[in-house]
Order: sequence, then structure tokens, then C-alpha cells
Amino acid sequence: MATTATTVDDIDYSDIEDKYQVHYDDSFDNMLVVDGIPVIDKSKLEKLVSRICKEFSRKGVSIKPDDIYMPWNDAAGKSQGFMFVELNNADDANVALAAMHNHPFDAKHTLKVNRFTDIERYEKMDETYVEPETEEYTPREHLRAWLADPQGRDQYVTYRGEDVEIWWHGRPSQSELAMKPDWKDFLYVAWSPLGTYIATLHRQGVRLWGGPSWKPQQRFAHPLVKLIDFSPCEQYLVTWSNEAIVVPEGAPQGPQYLSPDDEGNNIAVWDIKSGDLLRTFSTYNENDPPSAKKQMQWPALKWSPDDKFVARVTPGQMISVHELPSMYLHGKKSLKIEGVVDFEWCPQGDKDREDAEKDALASANGAAAKTGKKARENMLVYWTPEVANQPARVTLLGFPSRAILRQKNLFNVTECKLYWQNQGDFLCVKVDRHTKTKKSIFCNLEIFRVREKDYPVEVVELKDTVTDFSWEPKGERFAIVSSNDPNLGNPGPGITIKTDVSFYQLEHGKNDFKLLRTLPSRTSNAIRWSPRGRHVVLATVGSSSKSELEFWDLDFNNEDANRREGQVSKEEWGSGIQLLGTADHYALTDVEWDPSGRYLATSASSWTHTLENGYAIWDFRGQEITKQIQDRFKQFIWRPRPRTLLTKDQQRHVRKNLKEYSRTFDEDDAAEESNVSAELIALRKRLVDEWNAWRVRSRAEFFGEGGPRNGKRAEAKAEKEEIEVWIDEVIDQIEEEIVE
Amino acid sequence: MRPILLQGHERSLTQIKFNAEGDLLFSCSKDHVINVWYTHNGERLGTYDGNNGTVWTVDVDSESRFLVSGAADNTLRLWSVATGKCLYMWEFPTAVKRVAFNEDDTKVVCITEQRMGHQCAIRVFNINREGDGTDQSEEPLYFFNPIGSKATVCAFTLTPNVVITGHESGKVALFNVKTGEEIENNERAHSDVVTDLQLSKDRTYCVTSSKDKIARIHDTKNLMIIKTYTTETPLNSAALTPTKPYVLLGGGQDAMKVTTTSLRQGKFETRFWHKVYEEEVGRVKGHFGPINTIAVHPAGTCYASGGEDGFIRVHHFDDSYFKAQPYGAVDIED
Repeated sequence: MATTATTVDDIDYSDIEDKYQVHYDDSFDNMLVVDGIPVIDKSKLEKLVSRICKEFSRKGVSIKPDDIYMPWNDAAGKSQGFMFVELNNADDANVALAAMHNHPFDAKHTLKVNRFTDIERYEKMDETYVEPETEEYTPREHLRAWLADPQGRDQYVTYRGEDVEIWWHGRPSQSELAMKPDWKDFLYVAWSPLGTYIATLHRQGVRLWGGPSWKPQQRFAHPLVKLIDFSPCEQYLVTWSNEAIVVPEGAPQGPQYLSPDDEGNNIAVWDIKSGDLLRTFSTYNENDPPSAKKQMQWPALKWSPDDKFVARVTPGQMISVHELPSMYLHGKKSLKIEGVVDFEWCPQGDKDREDAEKDALASANGAAAKTGKKARENMLVYWTPEVANQPARVTLLGFPSRAILRQKNLFNVTECKLYWQNQGDFLCVKVDRHTKTKKSIFCNLEIFRVREKDYPVEVVELKDTVTDFSWEPKGERFAIVSSNDPNLGNPGPGITIKTDVSFYQLEHGKNDFKLLRTLPSRTSNAIRWSPRGRHVVLATVGSSSKSELEFWDLDFNNEDANRREGQVSKEEWGSGIQLLGTADHYALTDVEWDPSGRYLATSASSWTHTLENGYAIWDFRGQEITKQIQDRFKQFIWRPRPRTLLTKDQQRHVRKNLKEYSRTFDEDDAAEESNVSAELIALRKRLVDEWNAWRVRSRAEFFGEGGPRNGKRAEAKAEKEEIEVWIDEVIDQIEEEIVE
Repeated sequence: MRPILLQGHERSLTQIKFNAEGDLLFSCSKDHVINVWYTHNGERLGTYDGNNGTVWTVDVDSESRFLVSGAADNTLRLWSVATGKCLYMWEFPTAVKRVAFNEDDTKVVCITEQRMGHQCAIRVFNINREGDGTDQSEEPLYFFNPIGSKATVCAFTLTPNVVITGHESGKVALFNVKTGEEIENNERAHSDVVTDLQLSKDRTYCVTSSKDKIARIHDTKNLMIIKTYTTETPLNSAALTPTKPYVLLGGGQDAMKVTTTSLRQGKFETRFWHKVYEEEVGRVKGHFGPINTIAVHPAGTCYASGGEDGFIRVHHFDDSYFKAQPYGAVDIED
């Protein structure tokens, strides 16, 4: 016990003392230096101090005359023109600093307030200039590196279960996994329109990935984002969420983040390079009754093909066009169009793009801009339905001039759909018209030839309902799916709608569109033109009983080059259409051509159903290249390619020497073929050898050297076996001859 | 050749089995009856009546003298193949899910179900082959409860008193029946119920099928996985073809889901896979329900499949099957 007693006295309290020690505030954080006060003599001191106290308290910081210390120049008998103020704490000092700095004390004097500590610090500051360390330059990866693939392969992305995989697609031996990123927890993936980035949609927002190592390139914090849309030149991104934006307390601030001003909106526009938020919109219009829940159109914002404008429609009222990158309303006012339902920008053709580039070059070089042909202005087309004795109307509008280029009145219109040919040469307005009784619906195609003077319009009248329309890319043909099936419009399980597919082509002499051929009684409901034209695939999508694919060639008889230069002669009209092959991909949901127009991918996504999910790749003739049935398969997308970088002359050169080029490819193909089979044979031989070796080994283990035994009882059986042999033996042969 | 359709069962098939010579085919089904058929023409030779519940399993000895069956009426029965008489009956607390003879027909192993508080049990009985077969001992020679997941399939290996089992968890294991000790196991053989296990002719390897859509060949000595066959449908049965290097796989979607899906989605085909290259080489259509059981003639001249649809289809291979060498002339050990 004694020992304990002594230790009690010796207990070390220093830790507790440390803990509870009162820390005196010995910093000067609560001291301010107030400069710029009038220089006075002794007599006015009291008055000045009380005045200053009053000024401070007026701004919400009360100080007492005792807190003020004013240095005095005793020799001159005057004040020095500054003073020290001590406040209760550092917080008060901060408030006073904010309130009193640059405070006009009177007409001649303005107060300058500084922290005492600051003055000390700046006084002690090292005057010598230290070069700031420059950050090491790390070169960014080339975002278009995949185009430099020596074999010229295309890429595609697959999304299955939780796994994303990016594959190279080429010859069988060159089709390989390019990347299996470990991206987690996202809704789906999307390529940007020129293939530079791949986007994933996460709970927190959108993330862009790219470059050969698929590093994160940019992110956009739009929580719960559901849909995204890239601008055509990949400069901007539009995101949409069904949840209105809420900015929580303490959320990070900056140009890349949503601010409290954006609360309640759903759509955000972002700059891809900087990651900055440009503007947000709400999908709801103030005039809408809150109960009216319409199907939202996506994309809600439509981009002009040069990324200069983005427009959105307020149905029934106006189209608002915003300029990029400021996102201000162009001309400070919307296009007020009563009843407007929908609009589309005219796409930019290759020619327009060249003209625009020339223009830009000319204006950069100086005044000589007027010499060349001016690039075509942006155009948009919109339609308005019949309202109060006004006919329905389709209007072609130049922008930004806002000049009406062409207007066409239409009657008995139920619905209009606007289809631009991808070069901006033609516009087809698919007009669903009803008869006077409004009981049946038929269809007119109003085709505008946009490149010609005065924009002539031609009408193709059809008796049936047109369910799908598609222009041939870079071509003068289009295909339609029409149907007069009574089941059309009331889809039910097991009902497959019978359709006809028709091809039309522009006849140059007459300048109208003439039927090339009709393929009657199909079930096809989707038209997929190859991105290079000529080839087209008709597919039956979304049916549980039919899933046919038909591969058609529209120029089977003529060489590709002929069609580009010369014209189809009359007797050949429609004769070049040839079925190349048919195929079947059960329960397919998506059909997509690769960017080169050589391969077609079909996929059955588990988002739609769970039957035989997976994908298949076919060549343009309908030959199956690969088929992967994978459960929980969700998405297949080809990586888009940007426009070609070759000049016109280079392209012509390639076309001229096509034979030369193709020879090397043929050689590669032949080498490849022998290579593959050699590899396969070797692999099989190895497998067989391994198997045989294992069999011999395992037999030896069980049965020893003697080879397989047949079990004890089998041996016993063998011993007991009785052998019965029937022997026929000819002992003698006698021939008798009977003579009569 | 056109398949022979055996329409003798009223309910789905549970197991079919050829005898050693391959001239007879035994089949059991949920309709309580065991049938025996002539393989060459599909004629029914007779029935084995008496079971009072689904017959889950049958096995026949190598002399085609005795037949054992296990059923949901909690009995294991020994039958005379020739007369169709029940020679002996063992009763248990729960249903019998799997029976199998050993190599010299002196023992039978049986698995009983884990149910009603009773654990899954593996029993081995001596079969007295002297006399008319009615004099059997009631008590099992060996009895044990496998630890962990319950066993679903089993067979005797070449090593005396060692059985290979497949389990509900996907485990494949080797048990010493004398001690009940687990000699070897492969917990990751499958990721779902093991539905079938068939031995090669010399019992040195076996093929297992599972609901995890995969079939595998294992070495019965050390349970090493030799080959893997990945399909896109749950598998109910896998069989080996003697003389030709193929594995036959059968399955399809669960019986309970069949009514809501079409024939095409059901994947009710028998799949032929190359045993060594692990590639699918062909399919045989026909059943309109999942295939529950597949058996191959011991000489490899025909195969039969029994389906949830209640039919057995016996396919005699054409000449072209024996002549065909889809991968060129290669010598592959059986």
C-alpha cells in the first residue's frame, strides 16, 4: 500500500494540465490598422475618436474609444494619420475590414483598413523575385489514335451485365479486345458523333473517356442524368435528367458546377473542352398546365450542323435559337410562330462544309472574300398544323437571316414528319393526311429539292400508311415501309404487321421521284441504309415471331464508279435491285451498320426482353461473321468515324488505283486464311495430344501396365464361358447318274 | 434415321438407362412406372409396377439380372429384370434420389433426400446375388450423412468403397463410404446444382452437368477438371459417346417456366459437343420440353433422350455419323 501512496504524489498531471490550460489569444488577428484618417492636433483628438467609433458602429461593429490607439508625432504635435483598432475577436475584425475598407470618411479622406498581421507579413516579405515553378508538360494522348490502326479496323463497344468491353473488329485473327475498362455503376454508354469520346452516365453525372488508354477526359456534374446529346462537331453536350436540379448547401461552386440559379431546371448545356456549364433550361413551359404530361422529345435541343446555334421549340408558340458559345438568345428574340409543332435543321453536305472552310480561310486572309461562292446559310424547316381556317404549312427558313425561303400549304393534315437527306440536298415531308370523314389515313410525301432555284416541291401520293422513311445517304434514292394491315396501330402480342417496302429514285430528265421497285408482303419495319449508300438492310425489329434480315444491293448490275459519274439509263430502271442474302437473328432489337458500310451488327438487348440476348455481326451480303449469345447483354454500338481527312484529289487517286490497293489486301487475306487454319490445326493437335496423354496416364494409374481390366466378375464370366461350335464337314460326295 | 418415339409414360421422364449390351432401355418417370423397351425397334417389353410415387432413378446390373429403383415413396426396390417382380424393398424416412451399382454388381449406393428434419444420407447395400435375390439384408452395409450441401448424384469409382458425388451447391466430391470421410472435393466444380453425373466406360473419368449451364469432365481419381463445355441453357443431363469423341448435353429452361415461353426460346435440343476441342458440333431437335435425361448405347450406336414432355426419343446413328470426321482423321483415345 505504501508504494501506491507514494505514486499518488508522483502522478504526472502534465497531460491534464495541457488539456485544460487556458490559451490566451496572443495573436494579432483582432487588430486592424486604419489608415487615411485626417491628421489632427491634440485638441481635436477626442472628437475624431468618437466620430470614428460612430462610423464603425454604424456598420455594425461597435468599438469603444479605449480600443483605439493613435500614434503621435510628438515633435510636430500632430497625429500620424493612422491608428490601431483592437476588436473583440478575429471574426469582428473580418467584418470591420469588409465594412470599413475604402469607407469615405469625409470629402477628403477615405479609410484604408488592413490587418495588423498583414502589414507585418508584407513588410517581412522577401523582395527578391522567385521564378514560379513551371508545371511539367505532360502531352495529352491523341484522341483519334484509333484511326491510325495499321489494319484500319473499326471499334465497337459492348455492354453486358456490369461489364463494358471495347473490341477491334477486323479479320478473324485481328478481332480482339481493345480494352476492358473497370467503369462502375452507370446507366449506359454512348459514343460522341465523331467517335472521339465515349460517355458513361453515372448517378453523379456524365463522364467522358478517350484516347488510347481510355483515360477520363472530362466530367459534367449533372446528378441523376438520364439522357445526353452531343453537338454535331463535338463541342458541346446536352444533358437531361427527369429530376429537377437541386443544389444542396455546401455544393462545390465554379464554372463547372450547377449554381443555385439553375435549380428547378432539367436540361444543361456544357462545353466539352473546358467542362464549363453554359446554361440550363427547364423542359416545362410556364403556360403548361402541370397535369399535362407529354412525351418529351429528345433531343430537346437541336443543333445546327456547324455547332453555331442551338434551338428549341416551345410547341404552339415559338422556336428559340441560342448562339454558341454565349448561349444568348440570337437577336435577343425568339422566332414567334403560332402553332409550331416541330422543326429540323438542314444538315451540312460535304460541299457546304468545303465552302464554309473556304469562306473562313478567305475572311482570315483579308478582304478578298467576295470572289468565291458563298457558303450556304443555315436552314431550318418547321411545320404548323391547321388552325382556324389557316392551312397547315411547311416553311423553309434561312438562318440567321430569318428569311422565309419557301412555304407550302397543306390540307387535311394529321401529322407531319421532316426528313432531311444527309447532304442537305433534299427534304421530304411525310404528311399523314386524313380523308374528310377523318376515318382513314393516307400519306403524301412532299419532296423539296433544296439545291435548286426556288426550291421546287414534288408530291408522291400513296394510298397506304407509311411507317418508316429513309433517305439513302449521299444518294438520290429513298425507301419507305408502307402498310395497309388492319392491325396497324393496335399492336398486340403475336401480331406481326404485313408491310410493303418500296424504293424510289430521282429521275433526272423529268425531275421527279419514280418508283424503282416494290417488295410486297414483308414483315420488315426498319430500313437501314449503309452509310455509304447502295446497300440497304430491311429488318423486322421488335417482333416475337419474325426476325428476318434482308440484304439488298441497289446497284447490282453497275459498277460503283459508274453510278457516281454517269446516270442510270432508262432500260435499266429498277433492274439493278438484287437481294444479296437473307438472315435471321431471333428477337433482335437493334440494327446498325459499321461506319465503313461493310458490316452490319444486330443485337438483342436485355433492356427490351430476355430472350437470347446477344449480338451478331454480318457482312453486307448477309453472311454471318460472328454471333455471341450472352445473357444480360445490353448494348452494342460501333465507334463512329470522323469525316475523311483525304482531300478530293487524294480520294480520286485512291479510286483510280483501286486495283493496286486491293491486290495488297487480297494478299493479306490469303496469308491470313492460311495462317488461321494453320494455327487452328496446331491448337487442335495440341488438345488431342494433351487428351491422349492424360488418358494413357490415368489408365496406367488405375490398371497398371496391363491395360484396362473389365472387373473381377467379367473375368470370372470369361472363364465359365462355354464355346459351342457347330461343324459341318463334308465327308463324301457321291454323284449318281441314272440312265433310263 | 428417323428417331423412334417411345410414348409409354404419362408424365415427365426422370432417368433412362441402357443395359450393358444395349439391347434394352430402362426408363422411369413421374407416373410411378418403370418401363423396359427393346432398343432396336422401340417395342415395350414390360413394366415394373408397384412404386407409389415418382420414380426418380433406376440402375441395371451388368448381367441384366437385377434392377434397382429409387422413388418418392421412400423406397429402394430390387427387381428381377426378366420377370418384373419386386424382389426386395428397403424403406427410408425420405425419398430416394439416386441409385447406382458398383462395377461388379455386388453393392448399390443410394442417396436419400434431405427433408422433414432428416438429413441427406448416403447408404451402401450389399446385394446378395445367390438364389432368387429375395434374401437381402435389411440393414445398410455403410451409412453416413455427407456434411455441407446435400448430394444429388453419385456413382462408384474404381477405387473400392469410394463414391463420387455431385452436390446441390455445385460441389463434386469423393467420399469413402466406409468411414463417411470426404477424401477430395472441388467446391467450385459448378456454381449451381449438379444435375447428372455419368462415368466413362472404364470409370476413370466422368462428365457432370449443372444448372449453371456448364458441363465438365472430371478425372475420378483426383477430381481435376479436364474439359469444360459452356452452353447458354441450364443443363439437366450429360452423356459420353463411346468410340466417338462427343459429349451429349441436354437441358432447357426450368419446367415451371416452359408454359410461358416458345419452343424456340426453350433450347430443348440435344447438343453434341466435341469432347476434346470443347466446340459444339451439332444439335438434335425434337422434344418440346426440357430434356431431363440422356443415355448413350454402350456400343455408341444410338442414344436416347427423355424429356419433360413425357417422351423418349431413341436415335440410331446413321452411317454418316460413324464415317464423318469433321476435324479430319485424328486418333482420339476414348
